[in-house]
Formats: sequence, structure tokens, C-alpha cells
Amino acid sequence: MALYSEKVMDHFRNPRNVGVIEDADGIGEVGNAKCGDIMKIYLKIENDIIADVKFETFGCGSAIASSSMATELIKGKPVSEALTLTNKAVAEALDGLPAHKLHCSVLAEEAIRKALQDYYDKNGIEYDRSLFPDCEDCEHCDIG
Amino acid sequence: MKRKTVYLDNAATTKTSKTAIEAMTPYFDTVYGNPSSLHSAGQDAAEALADARERIAKLFGAEAREITFTSGGSEADNQAIVSAAKLGEKKGKKHIISTAIEHHAVLHTLNRLEREGFEVTLLPVDGEGLVTPGQVGDAIREDTCLVTVMYANNEIGTVEPIREIGEVCRAAGVPFHTDAVQAAGHLRIDVAEQNIDLLSISAHKFHGPKGVGALYARKGFRLTNIIEGGAQERGKRAGTENVPAIMGMAAALEEACARMDENAKKLTAMRDRLIDELSRIPHSVLNGDAKKRLPGNVNFCFEGIEGESLLLLLDDRGICASSGSACTSGSLDPSHVLLAIGRPHEIAHGSLRLSLSEENTDEEIEYTAGAVREVVEYLRNMSPVWRDLVAGKKEFITK
Repeated sequence: MALYSEKVMDHFRNPRNVGVIEDADGIGEVGNAKCGDIMKIYLKIENDIIADVKFETFGCGSAIASSSMATELIKGKPVSEALTLTNKAVAEALDGLPAHKLHCSVLAEEAIRKALQDYYDKNGIEYDRSLFPDCEDCEHCDIG
Repeated sequence: MKRKTVYLDNAATTKTSKTAIEAMTPYFDTVYGNPSSLHSAGQDAAEALADARERIAKLFGAEAREITFTSGGSEADNQAIVSAAKLGEKKGKKHIISTAIEHHAVLHTLNRLEREGFEVTLLPVDGEGLVTPGQVGDAIREDTCLVTVMYANNEIGTVEPIREIGEVCRAAGVPFHTDAVQAAGHLRIDVAEQNIDLLSISAHKFHGPKGVGALYARKGFRLTNIIEGGAQERGKRAGTENVPAIMGMAAALEEACARMDENAKKLTAMRDRLIDELSRIPHSVLNGDAKKRLPGNVNFCFEGIEGESLLLLLDDRGICASSGSACTSGSLDPSHVLLAIGRPHEIAHGSLRLSLSEENTDEEIEYTAGAVREVVEYLRNMSPVWRDLVAGKKEFITK
């Protein structure tokens, strides 16, 4: 199908890092089954490095591909770098997403942030709360 | 990765039949005159057009002059509804009755009329997608100028009690329109016996070409133009007639009607086999009525997964299908039809429509059932929703 780039189809057909980390240091879940996509990110963090990352996604092709790409982009990176991952970077790494699918890359960014926040909270690490807006602030699930 | 194509999206469009193509060909380069021209080349085309009109009318128990050719089902729906509204308005009647599961060609036209001051009652349907003649009767008022109820639903395949609804309308003196786009060529249509005043069809749903359809309007019912211009179609639809497409439509409809019983028998057997196979997938549910159903329609919701990814993975296996998920519609909401039959958003996103044609085979059905089973399982295994359902953190909606 020409709807998606080859890169998107590759990450959709062969998603990287699918699964669960049982003893995860941080877990982030965003989205809503009502609007048709949920992403859950599991992080294993060692010495401030993303030692392992897994995801589970309920959603369309681009949601699965965005999760897969986002996990690839942060794997092995320092936490500080993972925090700077943007939806734009995810979409670009996938050679672009159709306009009405860009929210999938937003979800991926948010899921990773949420997992990192969970890691900070669990470990009593101080952080700037303004960097972590509530999921409710996003309008993507605004279907009333 | 791709195997041979298993085309199961015949409710979206069908393959143009050889019969239709052969019927069309002469009208591109042999009889290519404009039917409005006075010379013999034009008059030959006009004769062909008259013949097609006569043949199509006959298949519905109508008269040739009651058939107006259009660009397709959407235009026919638009014209039927707008015409009835204009007639109603003249008599101070500005109330229209329809259902919650109509095609957008009907719903969006009704929305526009609402903005122009009409009142629209959208009747709810039951869990199978059925509306009753009683509901229609109860909704009819002094100022009702039209009842429009689809013959068969394009998504879930439910076949409505058209004759009985038409009877109620006739008794109340209210014009009755039915969007028969999914029914024509597949289910019997007799406008007199079924009390139908207006009916829309589209050629490409019964192996005719795309971009052509027809509107039946009972004689005496005054149509309003949607397209202004020349005097074609008794002045009711401007634009040079698409003669080749109309010839193809007439041939396709004749063939579909001649083989209707034979096709329905074959399709129903394949359909029920596929329904039976897919019902075995845990936490799946059939959408639409099991019996009052288009012979080729299969529609399921699978809990815990999303429809677009299901479609893409089926496409990888050569299977062309369709879904009512939000992601396939480009909006945030899943199909209005699935919501209307009471499916919660969560599972409406996980819908799959497989619409068969008589060209499908038992082997294809078997292959498809297996592929759907595998893909659903694969997607569930990466779904956090499914994990929560299995872990008992959320309650299953389906059995």
C-alpha cells in the first residue's frame, strides 16, 4: 500500500523490541482504547543508560511502526538524550507519516516520556515537572 | 511476500465483468455519437440509451421514463432526497425520517437540509442493525415529506424490511426512498410490489463500471436538478450521458439479475462457512443480522486489536478487505454503523469486513479464515489491551 513509506511498512511488518520487561525500571502507557490506540513502553535503565526497551501497542500500522522506531532511537542512549526525543524525530526516521497519522508519533514520544517520568518517580530522582505535561492535555483523544 | 490476490472487498467495488466490458466497447469508437445530436451517429447512441433505460426499468418492474441516469449511487441519493425535500417545502412539510446507519451520501445530504431548516429524525436500529416498520409509522408526522431507509447496509450487510416500510409510507401518503446500492443485482427489487417511490443504484457494485448509476423515481414525482445545464434526462440531469458506462450497467444488471438465485446460493454457503470459522476465534462477534443479511457480507469485531493493522497484514497475505476502524476512515471515530448497533468504541476499532463475490472459491474462504485467525492472534500478542483483558484487569466485552 502506498499510504505508508517503505520504512513504516518495515517497522510495522517487523517491529523491533516488541514485548514486556517484567522487572522494568519505568513503564509508560498513553492513549485510549476508545480512540483506537494505546502504547505501553517498558524501560530497563542501568547507569543512566537505556539498557533495554520493549513496547506493546494496540493501534494502526503507523502506531506500531512509531513505537518500534521510537524504541530503536532511544535504545542504548543516556536517559537525558531519550528525554529529548521528539515526535518529529520519530516521524522523520520513518521517512514521514501521512498528516492524519502524525499523532501516532506524538503518542510514541509521550509514552517514552511517561516511562522516564515513572523511572524518576520510582527512584526518587528530582526532575522538572514542566517537562512532563499530563496526557489529558493532549487533544488527540478528544472525542467526547 | 505477496501471494495471489484474494479479493474480498466487493462491497467497496467489484471487478467489471466481461459481459459489461463487451457491452461497453462499441460505444467508445463505433457508436460514439452524442445522444442529443440530430444526425444518425447521435441517434444511434440515443437508441442504445433508450434500450438500456428500458432494460434496466424492466428489471425493477418500472417504466423507462422513471429511470434517470446519474454518475453513481451518491448522486442518485442526493437527488432523491433533495427532490423530496423541495416538494415537501412547497407544502410546508419539512420533516424527513431516516436511520442512523445510512450511507454518508444520505446522512450528509440530510445534514445539509437540517442546516437549511429541515427537521430530520434518525431512527435508531437494534443490535442487528434492523429498523422496524412500526418505528417508521410512529415517526411519521403531518409534516413528513420523505422516509429514506437503505435496502441493505454496506458495512454490516443487514437487509431492512423494505416492502413493509414502503407499505407504512404508502398508507400515510409519504414518499419512500431506498438506497439500494448494495442490494441491486443481489436482492430482488420490484418497485411496485415493494411500495418504493425512489430508489438509487450504482453499477460498480454489481460488476458494472464505476462512475455510473441510476435513480428510479415513480412517475409523477418531480425531480429537482442537482446538475444544471443541457436538457439530457428529460431536463432533470444535465451533462452528456456516459453511454458506454450506461450500456455496461444495463448488461451487468441483466446478468446479475439472471443469475441472482444461483449466485445467492453459492455466496450464502461461502459466507456462512466464513462466519462459522471466524466465530471460533475467541472474543469475536459477528456484526449484523445472521439471516437477514446480504449473501456476500461478513463483518466481525475482534476484541483487543485495531482494524487498520489487521487490514495491512491481511494485504501482505494477498487478502483485500475493509474495516470500520477510525484509522481507516481518517477520523477519530470508528464507523457510525458499528456504534449504532451498540458496539463500544473499543471493539468497533477492531472490525473487519469481508465482502464476497461469486468468483471467490471455497479454497479462498478457507485460506482467509486461517489468515485472519493468525493475524488476529499475532496482533493480540503485541496489544497491551489484550494483555489487560487476559490478565483480568479489564473485562471482556465479547464472549
